[in-house]
Amino acid sequence: MIKLDAKIPEGTIKDKWTNHKFNMKLVNPANKRKYDIIVVGSGLAGASAAASLGELGYNVKVITFHDSPRRAHSISAQGGINAAKNYQNDGDSVYRLFYDTVKGGDFRAREANVYRLAEVSNNIIDQCVAQGVPFARDYGGLLDNRSFGGALVSRTFYAKGQTGQQLLLGAYSAMNRQIALGNVKVYTRREMLDLVVVDESAKGVVCRNLLNGEIEKFSAHAVVLATGGYANVFFLSTNAMNCNTTAIWRAHKKGAAFANPCYTQIHPTCLPVHGENQSKLTLMSESLRNDGRIWVSKIKGDMRNPNEIPEEERDYYLERKYPTYGNLSPRDISSRAAKEAFDDGRGAQGRESVYLDFRDAINRLGKNVIEERYGNLFEIYETITGDNPYKIPMQIYPAPHYTMGGLWVDYNLMSTIPGLFVAGEANFSDHGANRLGASALMQGLADGYFVLPYTIGNYLAGDKPTLVKDDHPEFGKVANEIEDMTNKLLSIKGKRTVDDIHKQLGRLMWNKVGMARNEIGLKEVIGEISQLREEFWKNVNVVGEAIDVNQCLERAGRLADYLELGEIMAVDSLHRNESCGGHFRTEYQTEEGEALRDDENYTYVAAWEYKETGKWELNKEPLEFENVHLATRSYK
Amino acid sequence: MKSEKLNLTLKIWRQKNINTPGSFVEYKISVSPDSSFLEMLDDLNNELESKNLEPVAFESDCREGICGTCDLVIQGQPHGPIPKIATCQLHMRNFRDGETIWIEPFRAKAFPIIKDLIVDRTALDKIQQAGGFISVNTGSVPDGNAIPIPKENAGLSMDAAACIGCGACVAACKNASAMLFVSAKVSQFALLPQGQPERYKRVQEMVKVMDELGFGSCSNTYACEAECPKGISVKNIARMNRDYFIAKVKTEETV
Repeated sequence: MIKLDAKIPEGTIKDKWTNHKFNMKLVNPANKRKYDIIVVGSGLAGASAAASLGELGYNVKVITFHDSPRRAHSISAQGGINAAKNYQNDGDSVYRLFYDTVKGGDFRAREANVYRLAEVSNNIIDQCVAQGVPFARDYGGLLDNRSFGGALVSRTFYAKGQTGQQLLLGAYSAMNRQIALGNVKVYTRREMLDLVVVDESAKGVVCRNLLNGEIEKFSAHAVVLATGGYANVFFLSTNAMNCNTTAIWRAHKKGAAFANPCYTQIHPTCLPVHGENQSKLTLMSESLRNDGRIWVSKIKGDMRNPNEIPEEERDYYLERKYPTYGNLSPRDISSRAAKEAFDDGRGAQGRESVYLDFRDAINRLGKNVIEERYGNLFEIYETITGDNPYKIPMQIYPAPHYTMGGLWVDYNLMSTIPGLFVAGEANFSDHGANRLGASALMQGLADGYFVLPYTIGNYLAGDKPTLVKDDHPEFGKVANEIEDMTNKLLSIKGKRTVDDIHKQLGRLMWNKVGMARNEIGLKEVIGEISQLREEFWKNVNVVGEAIDVNQCLERAGRLADYLELGEIMAVDSLHRNESCGGHFRTEYQTEEGEALRDDENYTYVAAWEYKETGKWELNKEPLEFENVHLATRSYK
Repeated sequence: MKSEKLNLTLKIWRQKNINTPGSFVEYKISVSPDSSFLEMLDDLNNELESKNLEPVAFESDCREGICGTCDLVIQGQPHGPIPKIATCQLHMRNFRDGETIWIEPFRAKAFPIIKDLIVDRTALDKIQQAGGFISVNTGSVPDGNAIPIPKENAGLSMDAAACIGCGACVAACKNASAMLFVSAKVSQFALLPQGQPERYKRVQEMVKVMDELGFGSCSNTYACEAECPKGISVKNIARMNRDYFIAKVKTEETV
């Protein structure tokens, strides 16, 4: 049993972070350069943490599997970043952002973390502007805002439809400055394959050099994992091709508890699947829902061209079912509503998709305004589908997009392994059972710029961890285990390709651990995943050599981890006998088909402790809501 | 949605590593017109793997045209025949049944080949490290609305900042010049008030490192702009040249 101590500071919700910052121990500036910190991952959380820690004077080593830190998948985020600036004078505040995020997360997030997130949100915007991030501006030269799902205020800052790119390049530029100053060193094309734990603390990582296959050891006083989410377990998701769970999964197997693995977000506005060889799904920013109207035909099996379907035969189902929030209803609700329409036989032209229509917005605002707001998104759509969305409604469908679950962390973002910190999507901390739009960028940068630089300092000054050199026997042992695993993968020489098995896993997950889950399906899928895992280790064919660029081997190692992770996602889904946010159990719904929570029995974080393959022990962190009262989420 | 498959001949550059000479290898493939170009290569690799043959090494990540990882020369053009898209956004409906498609890596002195279609573009990062930033530390910054920025300037800055760092401009240029790439970052900051304090130092240092890394010079053919997946304008190069000239004059003044 792990003792889960969230270390939530004393004081009212508004004072906790301030009190905590004051009470934290500080590292003498002259001593900071004596501390080595490894940051794995160079996305928003990783790059911002590396830059800020470098500025403070620590020795930072950044590890990324990309050829350049600028490629991290944060770069693909389109829509925007939330902050409680209230520049629009529409009644926003830190408290409202906090409230919306807790409610949006269906009351399954830790209040104190969420409040801190809302509190530092304003600093993030200031920081990014100072770095030269070209946010959209109005004619007076001030920052512009747009609205996003799950909120009734306009608090989202954006840079065209490329906000993630611009924020990431901002963090990348801040990190580049530290590289030039010698405070940060970047190791590209290295994949972290294990965490090194000595005397129960994180002391380093072991990586595979993706150019020559060498196993490399990196030691440090503290390790940060900022390695993103695990939605690629579904094979088809909006994640980039190389996004994977390996870093957090192997840390999990070394003792870091994995929290709420079943909380996965299915994004409502993605492009529909075109065929069997589809490699990934493309997201269309949720910001499109500001001006686009979502509908299907009222008639089942309606194969007509959408422009020929008259107004009275269209069902604007989100506007009908949720008149207050309408097309801006939260992601989980919008996704399930799309699935219901398809299941009802009313998919767009019989396909697994629904319409997202800009006709009315173009008539109201003019084509120029729509082009300015969404021009690049419309171009992406036309490039992929061959259809022009100015003339014919887009077709969209939900797809796995984000994983709220992740490694369990306390208020300091430290996992259950001392010295191992986890930031951004890789941790579980701020979004509960569902993440609101434009909050992922906010969380990644909050963790990296404004939380870790304080809390890691507190760990170093308080716990005084020692440095274990990379010639320590534990490093050697871990390196040998990795080599053994590589050799084993290469020696199976079975009949099935890596992608073939991954696609099968993806279908299992999508059908039984996807948007709607039930007890029978989950019980079945646990056995099916375990069987597929066995087949993988007997029948996969990994081509090539260990000492060379070998992308097949890279994919195989990642798939081995998905085949274990998929099982705990199903186990977690099965144990949580309620519906909340991205976790929808068909047995637990209201008469209107809305998620039915069980606050009495499930108001806790499920933190799973790894025992052996396919075996976990459940630890619970009770959640207390002192500020936002537990209530049924209503967006009607 | 078309359904008839295209039958194609692929001529793909295969090269074990930088020290071994490479050559084109021919493959036949049948693919759906709705498939993307890289999905076609996935299919080919899956087929090669199932025959126990080594797959073609190529890079890609987001497959949405924003991360800048994918980098193929297709039919002699970086990112292929369709303008303003990255390789990953190219779809097979743009090819004809029976066509032969030539696939090569980005070629430039500063981008050594690693394997097959993968090249090393770390030189681009090194240029950014030389000055592609505004020197502000986390925390000590004014309110985001403290300095109004004219919408037009913010827009032009954004247009320059849209660069995805893929290196197509270098691969397209007969001199393998990185001027478009460097000028995009120089312009992004030159157009904003936050970028002014380091404006002239930045341009000199980035250009200096660019020259050291073996990129060629600009001879105004505009091939870079034509092949840029984000449509970055050569006007940025003009802006950078102006700044570079002013910087030189300023430096001489202070000597």
